[in-house]
Amino acid sequence: MLAFILRRLGQAVLVMLAVGLIAFSLFRFVGDPVVFMLGQDATPEARAEITQQLGLDQPFYLQYARFVARAVQGDFGLSLRQVQPVSELLMDRLPATLELSICAALMALVAGIVMGVYTALHRDSWLSQVMLAGSLVGVSLPTFLIGILLILVFAVVLGWLPSFGRGDTVALGFWSTGLLTASGLKALILPSITLGLFQMTLIQRLVRSEMLEVLRTDYIKFARARGLTDRAVHFGHALKNTLVPVITITGLQLGAIIAFAIITETVFQWPGMGLLFIQAVTFADVPVMAAYLCLIALFFVVINLVVDLLYYAVDPRLRIDRGAAAH
Amino acid sequence: MRSALARFWDHDLAYSFRRSPVTVAAAVMTLLCVAAAVLAPWLAPSNPFDAAALSLDSAFLPPAWTAEGRAAHLLGTDDQGRDVLSTIMYGARISLAVGLAAVVFAMALGVVLGLAAGYFGGSLDALIMRVADVQLSFPAILIALLINGVARVALPQQMHDAMVLYVMVIAIGLSKWVDFARTVRGSTLVEKNKEYVQAARVIGRHPFAIMLRHVLPNAMGPVLVIATINIGIAIITEATLSFLGVGVPPTKPSLGTLIRVGNDFLFSGEWWITVFPGIALVVLVLSVNLLGDWLRDALNPKLR
Repeated sequence: MLAFILRRLGQAVLVMLAVGLIAFSLFRFVGDPVVFMLGQDATPEARAEITQQLGLDQPFYLQYARFVARAVQGDFGLSLRQVQPVSELLMDRLPATLELSICAALMALVAGIVMGVYTALHRDSWLSQVMLAGSLVGVSLPTFLIGILLILVFAVVLGWLPSFGRGDTVALGFWSTGLLTASGLKALILPSITLGLFQMTLIQRLVRSEMLEVLRTDYIKFARARGLTDRAVHFGHALKNTLVPVITITGLQLGAIIAFAIITETVFQWPGMGLLFIQAVTFADVPVMAAYLCLIALFFVVINLVVDLLYYAVDPRLRIDRGAAAH
Repeated sequence: MRSALARFWDHDLAYSFRRSPVTVAAAVMTLLCVAAAVLAPWLAPSNPFDAAALSLDSAFLPPAWTAEGRAAHLLGTDDQGRDVLSTIMYGARISLAVGLAAVVFAMALGVVLGLAAGYFGGSLDALIMRVADVQLSFPAILIALLINGVARVALPQQMHDAMVLYVMVIAIGLSKWVDFARTVRGSTLVEKNKEYVQAARVIGRHPFAIMLRHVLPNAMGPVLVIATINIGIAIITEATLSFLGVGVPPTKPSLGTLIRVGNDFLFSGEWWITVFPGIALVVLVLSVNLLGDWLRDALNPKLR
């Protein structure tokens, strides 16, 4: 058990170090920081002094180690465009992205399960056919087009919902939330649908196929033979057994949702980390790019790690296999 | 001796093609899109990049069937007076070229790395597959964005503008090679222990010759299927990057760039500037995807 956890942690740290190396090497491409600070006609003595102060005369691996040590403390230096610490910029934007991502994930989960159960129980109804066809189209459409379409229909033609920004926000300590104001909630609807649509179709198809599988098993037949109501069989017995893979997939997809928020945030001008990253790429703002990269990688690594460890805790077969392989 | 065409017509693949009306329709649509894109310089109503022919008088014209539309501009004109139908045809050229080139690049890279990993095994295999595992745990679009961002930082501005199409091909290609490498590695591991490969080794053929002439032909089937399915994904990735403003610039727009530019006019009522390129993109990707799905099922012996 301990060995497995340690090995898995070791892998996670290695991935983070590799991503950190990529982020660090970004800095090597952006010209000479000494020239940047002193201008072209500085004296050689001044140059040497700054070079030494910045630690640029040290070997590569020492510079990298220093970068990692600072990154672990959340210090990525100043943004080149807005002269402000990168960590502050990201922390300002983090609540917007997380609120959007979690809303999208919840919406995908609830709507996906409801639609999946319905399409599994009523396989031949026209509504099921419509839902399945809709999910096929939803998968083929690029995210940004879905967003534009929703804006066109609900913001431009009907004028019901706002098409950009977060609405009014309330500050709770360092966390600015849009969940407590009416305009904040209204602003959240269209971006959440855009961001969650792909995962919703994924969950819908997963729940449908799992339900169809489970409904064929013997214990469902027994439950029916015992005279339980359809409701108890479908929701008490069948649905419960489909939920483990569904929750796993949703958990694993959370990282993808946070990453794909880049596109949704650009379409809706949502002031989150993704929009910040795209602006950083456009303006070659390396510190912001590096920090965002490390943060997203950290999300992915932590999510994968937690899911792996949960599997290990839940599924005893994994432990036996490992043990047998070792001997 | 029957002609090659007649033999192809009786082949299993052609039979399953004829039996599926959706696939025939998708093939026709794909052909139409490709023809419109390739023949754009001859078919398009006007050349949208000929600055001399543009006039701001004819900017923001709605489609021809509305009251203010003009017959000369079937789908209307954009903010600079460019004919929307023509910009779509020229844009589809760039979208298709970047998508196809990116898939070919990903395929070449994936096949070479997969062959090497499977054939030589050992630490080379471990290294390539570890990198693949790590890359697979991130979404492809994020990898493409990152590589694109690195290129933007590493290359001087002018050089980057001149090479933007190549940068896009490399960024999208590098984000997709893992699928190919894993498949080829799997087939190579199976093939390399078969007798014909051992025989080739015994008669002293060079390892590279064995890999290319003996193993590769037997691993290519699934690779071509993956390639077909990935064309649609590559076109969408290109469109997404261009939409985000980090792809093809507006001076030589792809479909994604056109949608981005048109998006600014959505609120002032000029919906056609962004909606028609969007429809073109969806039709193109949907037809290519349907063709890919058909090919995957038709070549899968389990589904016959």
